[in-house]
Amino acid sequence: MRRAVVAPTTEPALVQWGLTLAALGFVGIFLVLPLGTVFAEALAHGPAAYLRAVSDPDALAAMRLTLITAAIAVPLNLVFGVAASWAIAKFDFRGKSVLISLIDLPFSVSPVVSGLIFVLLFGLQGWFGPWLAAHDIKLIFAVPGIVLATVFVTFPFVARELIPLMQEQGSEEEEAALVLGASGRQIFLLVTLPNIRWGLLYGVLLCNARAMGEFGAVSVVSGHIRGLTNTMPLQVEILYNEYQFVAAFAVASLLAGLALVTLAAKTLLEHRFAATRAAAGKD
Amino acid sequence: MGEAVLRRKAWTRPGILPGFGLSLGYTLSYMGLMVALPLLALFVRAFGGGFAAFWRAATAPRVIDSYLLSFGGALIAAATNVVLGSLLAWVLVRYRFPGRRVVDALIDLPFALPTAVTGIALTALLGPGGLLGRPLESLGIKVAFTPLGIGIAMVFIGLPFVVRTVQPVLDDLNAEVEEVAASLGASRRQTFLLVILPTLLPAMLTGFALAFARAVGEYGSIIFIAGNLPHRTEIAPLLIVIKLEQYDYAAAAAIAAAMLIASFAVLLAINGAQRWVCRRSGRI
Repeated sequence: MRRAVVAPTTEPALVQWGLTLAALGFVGIFLVLPLGTVFAEALAHGPAAYLRAVSDPDALAAMRLTLITAAIAVPLNLVFGVAASWAIAKFDFRGKSVLISLIDLPFSVSPVVSGLIFVLLFGLQGWFGPWLAAHDIKLIFAVPGIVLATVFVTFPFVARELIPLMQEQGSEEEEAALVLGASGRQIFLLVTLPNIRWGLLYGVLLCNARAMGEFGAVSVVSGHIRGLTNTMPLQVEILYNEYQFVAAFAVASLLAGLALVTLAAKTLLEHRFAATRAAAGKD
Repeated sequence: MGEAVLRRKAWTRPGILPGFGLSLGYTLSYMGLMVALPLLALFVRAFGGGFAAFWRAATAPRVIDSYLLSFGGALIAAATNVVLGSLLAWVLVRYRFPGRRVVDALIDLPFALPTAVTGIALTALLGPGGLLGRPLESLGIKVAFTPLGIGIAMVFIGLPFVVRTVQPVLDDLNAEVEEVAASLGASRRQTFLLVILPTLLPAMLTGFALAFARAVGEYGSIIFIAGNLPHRTEIAPLLIVIKLEQYDYAAAAAIAAAMLIASFAVLLAINGAQRWVCRRSGRI
């Protein structure tokens, strides 16, 4: 008799329960367990050992370098993202679709290759290597190389959020502002920016998470000089390879915390985003 | 002058808003410096010593084994992700259960978690003596330092792609279509296989392509759990790093160029398959 109650467009309750439990079990084992492992291992020898590990001078230097790298790479890609989406969304020109797919290119390049290309340009055997060496400028195995590799890896994040958003919004509001006598700067700051602010923040958030967490590309250009060219992910690797597991997981737990904050902020932003879009749709 | 305006129109229709030259000029120069020039350097270095030298470096037996592992593993992992990711997307869109929003947010964890953290966490969990590694080992299944461990890391980092491409399509799926199928006498299984699945297929293929592209080049989350034995558990990106550490830049560039070319070929093939699927279902 119960079978008759099931609507023809849903599955029987048993199947629903089975699928939901399978999905939850999978998420628990596959996603939550590794995350929990990071914190459990970090605290394996108690809070004192944890605090000692995260306040170690080399760990602090790694944190500083990670923050500096993100503080340079994210604004650079932010400006690029705004410029690219302005050109692509507000104007028509030939080769636009090629340009859009080229912007996504760094996403399909291996992180290791993203580091390698800068070694080939600026390393000692690279194109500009001899010139840089003659002028005593060090890019590879130094901070500028780390920043360059990070910029390459995080290059598409802001642009790929803004381009579809600005294309969807069109340019009628900007044209109205122009007709009313607004300058280009006024149009951008007072009309466009308020319209794209949530998308912009969303792109910056993802860009920052990747910039702080990048490992492969940075590992190739860093040279692993302790206290000087180690970002937090590289510090994690070094400590782990030295069997200092508590210290490695302690630094890793800070990065995992950053990931959780990013996910929470992302979920919040998505709600704001959906709300403003729905409001715009009603006008 | 009229002719000049006409000729310009053929290239661009700039519209009336200001900033076209500035924004496009900046975009192109920044991309040229940050993306095009470095990639050009890679291909010049890879082929600079002649094609024979490239071929020798890119097809050494140890290198071939690493391609097989990276590409084979990435294909299997992406296929696994299609199944698991579609299941997750289905449950998240169709069913209501406590904690659904939290699970939905957690799906992106592999994107947000730095790869080195993923790598050491998976190794601690699945390694000998780990929470899951010990029971698996007593069952005779060795995960860490085997190709199976590499596959698990690849599935982990590729998981969000399929969920996030299938989810919106499922969300937009018109309930009426399913009602029509049911009222015409289709069983739930028939409706799923003949009505819902074909609609999801293009999104699944997109997710497959993205997960594949990510897994094939992945480095950080794999090297800790892989064991890195030449010919057995050595992925291609690691071999590039090894060549670089030996200052063999030409070989590193050759392997990198071969990998890029091969992964673009695979992505083009997936793209072609997607078009074929779309055309067959008459949705282009």
